[in-house]
Amino acid sequence: MNHHSESLPSKETASKANQQSEALPQKKKCSLQQRRSRAAWILVAPALVLLASVAGWPLLRTLFYSFTDAALDTPDLYNMVGFDNYLAWADGESIGVLADPLWWKAVLNTLWFTGVSVSFELFFGMLLALLMNQKFRGQGVVRAAILVPWAIPTIVTAKMWGWMFHDQYGVINDLLTRMGVIHSPLAWIAEPNLSMWAVVIADVWKTVPFMALMLLAALQMIPSDLYEAARVDGATAWQRFTRITIPLIMPAMIVALIFRVMDALRVFDLIYVLTSNSEATISISGYAREQLVSYQQMGSGSAASVLVFMMVAGIAACFLYLGRYNDEGKENK
Amino acid sequence: MKLTRRQRHLAHQTLIYAAAALASVICVFPFYNAILTSLRTGQELFLTNYLPTSFHWENYVNALMVNGIARSLLNSFLVATVTVGICLLVSITAAFALARIKFKGRKYILFTILCVSMFPQVAVLSGMFELVRFLGLYDSLGALILSYTTFSLPFTVWVLTTFMKSLPVELEEAAIVDGAGLWIIISRIFAPIMGPSLVTTGLLAFIGAWNEFMFALTFIISNEQRTVPVAIGMLQGASQFELPWGNIMAASVVVTLPIIIMVLIFQKRIVSGLTSGAVKG
Repeated sequence: MNHHSESLPSKETASKANQQSEALPQKKKCSLQQRRSRAAWILVAPALVLLASVAGWPLLRTLFYSFTDAALDTPDLYNMVGFDNYLAWADGESIGVLADPLWWKAVLNTLWFTGVSVSFELFFGMLLALLMNQKFRGQGVVRAAILVPWAIPTIVTAKMWGWMFHDQYGVINDLLTRMGVIHSPLAWIAEPNLSMWAVVIADVWKTVPFMALMLLAALQMIPSDLYEAARVDGATAWQRFTRITIPLIMPAMIVALIFRVMDALRVFDLIYVLTSNSEATISISGYAREQLVSYQQMGSGSAASVLVFMMVAGIAACFLYLGRYNDEGKENK
Repeated sequence: MKLTRRQRHLAHQTLIYAAAALASVICVFPFYNAILTSLRTGQELFLTNYLPTSFHWENYVNALMVNGIARSLLNSFLVATVTVGICLLVSITAAFALARIKFKGRKYILFTILCVSMFPQVAVLSGMFELVRFLGLYDSLGALILSYTTFSLPFTVWVLTTFMKSLPVELEEAAIVDGAGLWIIISRIFAPIMGPSLVTTGLLAFIGAWNEFMFALTFIISNEQRTVPVAIGMLQGASQFELPWGNIMAASVVVTLPIIIMVLIFQKRIVSGLTSGAVKG
């Protein structure tokens, strides 16, 4: 991005220079930049207006409803209740989303899911990217194969894995039994300790290709003479990996990680379909939607939604802060 | 010494091929398993087998006709196409301005768009519910087109901006020298060159809309208006304990096959589209 913004002024001066050589009137030359920047706003306006109405406005209304006691079927009838949907005390008992143990369970589930699933993805994605960066016959086939999980809709992924994890007829239990890992079939979906792992496995399967492709694109931009020089200097494969590969793909890796973490924090459909949104695996998005739709409580549902938003935004802000710090370090060099 | 090096090379090659084979099998197997299951009926469904044993098409007929997946496919196609059309139309001009014109506030707009693309869908759910009801779109495909714009538009603007930035400056300079206005530059010069990128971006946005679940689940009540993900998510057997796995897998294959074919055809473009934000961004 920096590179481009640097190239832009030069383009402007170049076009001005062109106009000068064409000997256009002085007034017109000065206003070119102004006219362009005014036109820019007109060009961007439709997109901004659309975004403001389908994203900005609903977001504000959600925030507003989080302070009311409206029900979903009668959103026009409401009383302002302040922060009661978030946390309040009534008759010596605390109520509200923040006092609900299930909310905290959902927070723990989501954070655990994000941490475990994204770590596995990074690990396997890196392995897969390194593999595809090698030259071998049939590369195209592997690349096509890894695009398959990415292309499959999440709902289908959930159903497919739900069937594979079936306690009696599923192929996972069958394979594990044949390999002698387990002696009796496991109830992957029903057992609370296992169901979270089932979700992680299905998610990792689906999203490793994305990570691998991102990392592969970065790997392919590393000039090969760096490796040759390192080899001449007697660096081992591990040293070449940690001293050349990792630092050079770090920016792309961070971006890929941000994408994946944001996605994992919003997880809803995979869990909703694979484990029927059971309490053992419920995510924060699942919790908010349940309050809103299943219990018809627009107030507390909106409050939970706002909390989800704040949590995701907070983590995103941390990433951006770290990213900026990283960029500054680069510029100082 | 020479022999060991050859052996080492051989071991290296073997390892690579083994890893490649393993990765491919793991990636493709669940889908393969779904196809196998979709071709089985009755008791056969419940015997775990890794090779095709029978070819029954009843599951497909059932899924498409009896369970109404055919109708849902049409709905999904309509919603995704219209959403992508609107988003591309609006975002091409925005992307031109954001990539090609230096103006105050450009960075803030890009930052805002990035933020919107990252915020959780559930955060707008109740506000969107109100908006959809207010516009009288509840339980209609219009509700989905409206809500899908929330996540499609930031995405298309962002990716198209990245693509536009990579085009050479000279193109535009020549046009300016020739006296072309902004509109001419966009419609006559950039739109044609952007063709392939528009296809890629459109396809990625299409897949996003095709797969969306939460809004479709919340804003659609009737069977006739359902999109495919919800229809599959809701497929139920006669009782709670008798899930029609054959039908579910048949429907899953039908929904996935067009996307997989498209992705494999546009493989190279898809990969560059996916990674353009990350590597250049």
